Amino acid sequence: MTKITMREAISQALMEEMDRDPAVFILGEEVGVWGGTYAVTKGFYDKYGPQRVKDTPIAENAIIGAAIGAAMVGQRPVAELMTINFAFSAMDYIVNQAAKLRYMFGGQFTLPLVIRAVGGGGRQLGATHSQTPDAIFAHFPGLKVVSPGTPADAKGLLKSAIRSNDPILFIEHATMYQVRGEVPEGEVLIPIGKSKVQREGSDLTIVTYCKGLELSMKAADELAKEGIEAEIVDLRTLRPLDMEPVLESFKKTNRAIVVEEGWKSYGVGAEIVSRIYEEAFDYVDAPILRVAQKEVPLPYNRTLEQAALPQVPDIIAAAKEVLK
Amino acid sequence: MKKEQLLDLYYQMVLIRRVEERGAELYQAGKIGGFMHLYIGQEAVSTGLIAAREPRDRVITAYRDHGVALNCGISANQVMAELLGKATGMSKGKGGSMHMASVEKNMWGGHAIVGGHIPIAAGLALGDQYAGNDNVTICMFGDGATNIGYFHEGLNLSKVWGLRVLWVCENNQYGMGTSVERASAVDEIRQKAEGYRMKNAAVNGMDVMAVYEAAKEAIAYVRTESQPYFLEVNTYRFRGHSMGDPERYRKAEEVKKWQENDPIGIFNKYLLDKKIASRKALDEIEARVEEEVQKAVEFAEASPEPALEELFTDVYAE
Ligand SMILES: Cc1ncc(C[n+]2csc(CCOP(=O)(O)OP(=O)(O)O)c2C)c(N)n1
Ligand SMILES: [Mg+2]
Repeated sequence: MTKITMREAISQALMEEMDRDPAVFILGEEVGVWGGTYAVTKGFYDKYGPQRVKDTPIAENAIIGAAIGAAMVGQRPVAELMTINFAFSAMDYIVNQAAKLRYMFGGQFTLPLVIRAVGGGGRQLGATHSQTPDAIFAHFPGLKVVSPGTPADAKGLLKSAIRSNDPILFIEHATMYQVRGEVPEGEVLIPIGKSKVQREGSDLTIVTYCKGLELSMKAADELAKEGIEAEIVDLRTLRPLDMEPVLESFKKTNRAIVVEEGWKSYGVGAEIVSRIYEEAFDYVDAPILRVAQKEVPLPYNRTLEQAALPQVPDIIAAAKEVLK
Repeated sequence: MKKEQLLDLYYQMVLIRRVEERGAELYQAGKIGGFMHLYIGQEAVSTGLIAAREPRDRVITAYRDHGVALNCGISANQVMAELLGKATGMSKGKGGSMHMASVEKNMWGGHAIVGGHIPIAAGLALGDQYAGNDNVTICMFGDGATNIGYFHEGLNLSKVWGLRVLWVCENNQYGMGTSVERASAVDEIRQKAEGYRMKNAAVNGMDVMAVYEAAKEAIAYVRTESQPYFLEVNTYRFRGHSMGDPERYRKAEEVKKWQENDPIGIFNKYLLDKKIASRKALDEIEARVEEEVQKAVEFAEASPEPALEELFTDVYAE
């Protein structure tokens, strides 16, 4: 095991898959000469050349549309959206085309497409550039949505995503590229659609993913100092959603909170809580609470932005509340 | 133009430069966050353009907006306060560098989604057409923005509906690290307007007088003919795309060559050569700007943070 950053993990996954399969290529804004806005594809342009690392015009519809077309005829494009906020500029292609074409044409072709997108707030980028709209994308059958919270998961899930024959939105977090974690040497493949217990505990269950995992781990450490042991289930994939580890944990703890960075209304937490009530109602000892972003567009001002985002103390407070 | 007006243009260009130089320092010091895109090198574009408008003519631009804001008459105090995210900024610190706007000054924003404001500009003009007035909307955007669908939809609509928009492409040769040739099928961008049978012209954006003359003519055409017009302004940004750009995509010699064409230097020389102003008069303007910017920094630093309740205001009107 070696410790590497999230950035290195994602970069390694891309490089290994490009080395393995000539059908894999990258396209997106500033992925080539610039080396990627978040430096994930630094060095790729020199190594693979403009044929496999394609700088595109600023044209999100064309990026995703062209990636879909290339995937339909058997290539394995990895399209990068500079930020997930620009996915809205390509919304039709993502949710109305990529998610539906195979089904609509009776399964005549596959769509081995990965869309990498950077999401999340906390960098003072203002309302249009700071969103965590993961739940919206998870709403659409036909699209898979993956969002890792550790470097090992990022590497293993991205490699699996590139090998998958389905369109996958792979969401990274803008503030997590420097996060370090242990990643096994050699081939790392983690299956899409499998939740994972990232921390064991018996007092309550925290269901979360991506940035929420980082925050929840910190909160769990604090809670442990007071003798409260939280079990953390990391969803890793939002669609298809793997509830097994969540339900198993909940049946043990009977109390849960859900932590997500996006807005609470109609969010990931709403889905998880409903599923628990539907599938494990007899085990519920306390109302399940959600920790999420305040219902406002994110402001530029740092203090206000931080006040709008879910924070470690919010998680601790919610955990204590469900334990009352 | 009268002498006072010419000197005012000089003052505005120097003001933009100094506000941004100080802004860059404050960014390095961690007092400004997020993305900040400097206009340094492009000052003649918005200065010349906005000097040609009447106050009732509307202005809308992208995120590279500090210069446009100052030219529209938003004070250096307010610009600096917004950069620092203070309650005294025109967007109460909620918008930041990319979202300068003042409805009072008819400046309808800094917009951070590339090309996103282009159909909105058509909408401003539609609102005016609907109201039956002959206001002109000036919409500025970069070369890179002309490759996104929004641009083509907005241009087409403006022509089909005869909307009073002056489309201004600030061709600074790059969209982030991608040169025009690498991203656009035509490198003379005004040819895209030809595709929509729209009257168009190109102008040297390092020469404020040339921009002013071209804009004057274009605005008159838009107003009287009730037709859109497309102006390509050739310019260059002297700094990186935004703060922290490693600038691997262009050579230092290229930047240097353009910097020799400094729009402020060119105009300074013009004013001296034509004996419109003495060196002393120009020095005085620079000193006045220095003082104004210093005061703006002090104002912004001393201004309060927005109250926590502001987080929840302005989400809805009702
Ligand atoms: C829809 C969308 N895609 C991508 C971006 C990221 N982005 C911000 S500025 C920029 C370059 C724009 O270049 P240009 O239009 O030439 O304007 P300039 O920055 O040169 O003034 C890009 C790609 C964005 N803000 N919006
Ligand atoms: Mg440009």
